[in-house]
Amino acid sequence: MANLAESAARATPPSVARRVRGLSDRAIAWIFVAPTIFLLLAVNIFPLIWTIRLSFTNFRANRNREVEWVGLRNYERILTDSDIWLTMQATAHFLIWTIVFQVLIGFTLAWLINKNFRGNDFLTTMIVLPMMLSPAVVGNFWTFLYQPQIGLFNYIVSFFTGVDPSSFEMIGSVNLAPWAIVIVDTWMWTPFVMLICLAGLRSIPEYIYEAAEIDRASKWRQFWTITIPMVLPFLMLAVLFRGIENFKMFDLVVLLTGGGPGSTTELTSINLKREAFEKWRTGYASAYAIILFVTVFGLASIYVKALNKVKER
Amino acid sequence: MKRFFSGLARLRRGPWEMVASILIGVGVVMLMQPYLLWLYTYSFIVTLVGTVMFIIVSHFPEDD
Repeated sequence: MANLAESAARATPPSVARRVRGLSDRAIAWIFVAPTIFLLLAVNIFPLIWTIRLSFTNFRANRNREVEWVGLRNYERILTDSDIWLTMQATAHFLIWTIVFQVLIGFTLAWLINKNFRGNDFLTTMIVLPMMLSPAVVGNFWTFLYQPQIGLFNYIVSFFTGVDPSSFEMIGSVNLAPWAIVIVDTWMWTPFVMLICLAGLRSIPEYIYEAAEIDRASKWRQFWTITIPMVLPFLMLAVLFRGIENFKMFDLVVLLTGGGPGSTTELTSINLKREAFEKWRTGYASAYAIILFVTVFGLASIYVKALNKVKER
Repeated sequence: MKRFFSGLARLRRGPWEMVASILIGVGVVMLMQPYLLWLYTYSFIVTLVGTVMFIIVSHFPEDD
């Protein structure tokens, strides 16, 4: 280590060494941290402040005209628009059901995988595969699976229920399309929740179960008083990650349904992209983005607080 | 309950964070509920007040 420090000192040009020697530790620390802070300001903070500013104007990125200050008019329009209200409901449906299914199935899979049996590792790899695929690939092949004439999905449903496979259309039906996107997202991202739960389950020391066995606690009791409380922080973390991701969900749904039929699967991010890059209402879209940002930020804040409380217990 | 209100009066972090969290939660529910348009209209202001309050009160001192 000393040799390394000596060789580094020798390699430093004398002029630089003289200058650095005159700096305090605090100044040297700032020199190291400054590039990161500058990058954060340039990539995160500046665009955020610029978006807030644009949200009070009628700016259109495709027109070279004078920008007018419109005050709160963009916010007022968004918050009284019943079409945007519908996209919020579609997002809520997608968000709630994907999280419910992913947590239930993910935890169950993790609990089963955690048991020692032959082929455990191979099965884990197979289950994790969907998560590794690109959303573009998943969107395209599920479009084929959902085809009413040649799609495998309809035939499987038909096999179990006896319903004619060509009698229903997952993507084309107003009632079924919201569930179609929930199924695909659950299929793709349940392995992620499973992996986080598996990490939680494997972190529980075996001696706690042994102590419970000695106290004659039943398996059911052990599950509710040891397994669930100790996995809960991990589960909450998985819900936080998936909640934020699904609130912003775009690619998978665009490839599957394109927001249709009508606007039944038009999530807020899809609607926002249309306002910003198809209608080119940049100021309006900025206000829309700020509303979504405040919602996600607020939810994440209370969630992180709850997570810290659970960890403290 | 008495402790909660006393915490509010003494500007303590716990109860104020609770109020901010409730405001954020109510705001999000108002934003996504499918029943009343006016609830949707006022959802953003409720969420914004809750979020800003949360940022401010998280710097308050902890309860004794």
